[in-house]
Amino acid sequence: MLEIEKLSKKYPTGDLALTDVSLSVPAGQLVGLIGPSGAGKSTLIRCVNRLVEPSSGSIRLNGEDLTRFGKRRLREARRRIGMIFQEHALMERLTVMENVLSGRLGYVGFWKSFFRRFPGQSVAEAFKILDRVGLGAFPNKRADALSGGQRQRVGIARALLQNPDLLLVDEPTASLDPKTSRQIMRLICELCAERGLSAIVNIHDVPLAQAYLPRIVGLKAGRIVYDGPAQGLTPEVLTRIYGEEDWAKTERSEDEEGAGEQETLKVEKVLEAS
Amino acid sequence: MSEATYPTTWTKPKLIPSPVKRYGLYVLIAVYLALAVRDIEFDWGRMTVGLERGWAFLSGFFHPDIRSRWDEIVIGMKESLTMTVVASVAGILISVPFGLGAAKNISHPLVYYFCRTVIAFSRSFQEVIIAILFVAMFGFGPFAGFLTIVVATIGFLGKLIAEAIEDIDPAQVEAIRATGASWGQTFNYGVQPQIMPRFVGLCMYRLDINFRESAVVGIVGAGGIGATLNTAIERYEFDVAAGILLLIIAIVIVLEYASAFVRKRAQ
Repeated sequence: MLEIEKLSKKYPTGDLALTDVSLSVPAGQLVGLIGPSGAGKSTLIRCVNRLVEPSSGSIRLNGEDLTRFGKRRLREARRRIGMIFQEHALMERLTVMENVLSGRLGYVGFWKSFFRRFPGQSVAEAFKILDRVGLGAFPNKRADALSGGQRQRVGIARALLQNPDLLLVDEPTASLDPKTSRQIMRLICELCAERGLSAIVNIHDVPLAQAYLPRIVGLKAGRIVYDGPAQGLTPEVLTRIYGEEDWAKTERSEDEEGAGEQETLKVEKVLEAS
Repeated sequence: MSEATYPTTWTKPKLIPSPVKRYGLYVLIAVYLALAVRDIEFDWGRMTVGLERGWAFLSGFFHPDIRSRWDEIVIGMKESLTMTVVASVAGILISVPFGLGAAKNISHPLVYYFCRTVIAFSRSFQEVIIAILFVAMFGFGPFAGFLTIVVATIGFLGKLIAEAIEDIDPAQVEAIRATGASWGQTFNYGVQPQIMPRFVGLCMYRLDINFRESAVVGIVGAGGIGATLNTAIERYEFDVAAGILLLIIAIVIVLEYASAFVRKRAQ
């Protein structure tokens, strides 16, 4: 469904963010993208909907090469690709409903959206999705009045209202507490299963990735160094992706010892690394 | 094992490390100031005359008079307020597109330089100078004042709107672009909500400035309460002048409260 071939990205500063990345995601599959900071995870998913322009290579969504599209066709293609952001990226001063309905912007004209007169079908769908993510009670609340987890739910609802084929998810759990992180990951997985969506989930929490995502792609310095099942993330593989570290301790948190424990382990790791 | 001895004093590193250069700079500044003070000419005689006149002006405030010239004051005030409101509305309407064009993060480079140039031009002259120019071009009266204020508003608001837009959180804009939204929709959903409170605050502040400007430009012939004030001073009617000034202060205070109220609502 999504075929990325020999994708490279060189920033104007000369930094080579991605080198010959090839990745194929069949319909309905969830892929976790892990790797150290600066490995090119964000760049990779932003190349897919061309928020970042790739330098070379091709990106095929349902057979069509997105990299060749002009402005109008790119906008049409973006409608089929939902995106969920790190720190939610909601419009803080707009209501929950406006934030969710903004998922339909690609389908309505400027004045309709300016006066917030979306088609009845879209509005009904928005209410339904809000209900599904557990926010049915607050369509008129302002986004900045919500908690972190609630905001991310609005972000998810916005992406789903696009009725996408593919979800790009950029660090959905950054800045969320461990319990909320798990709830959000579970929600994303459930919704993808319900709607048969494929998703690329950019995530730096390895145990969380292993717990929820069947396939893991490891990125290091702009190249894919691992592509396989989540169980395959052995200490050797993690060393290949992140570099030398005492991985045994991270692995222990895999067996659901509770969120608090997981956090202390992470702190230990940071201290050792320094 | 003896305890290592650590120093008990610490001083912050100096901005200019070399003491010679540092003290040399102090000496240079002192010499320059001494020379500058010596060059100022004091004319004590002129100052005593001026003090008397200044006192006459100030004493006007003890018995301000708005009654004897009430009709002229009403005409001037009406003119000033009309000039202020109409010029503010026109200025705001024109400054919005220039502000958008002058924001580097959402504008095309060519549009950016064009808008920045227009804004720089309208900011490069003080209002009084622009007013003198417009009075020469269009004759005495409030129309010259109106144009002056419009030009000043474009420079001020255009620049500050552009800066507000350049300060926004780019993630929100990116999120809207990712949905397939057009440029207009991205602005309306991703940018506008972020700058709205500042925009409303700036407009209210500019309304306040424009009223004060309308009084000043009147002095060079651009109509309004400034013209009335100027006439009063020329007639040595300092009590009337004081009355007019007190009225201006009162209106500015009212505008200040109004703007605080509006800004609170726009949050």
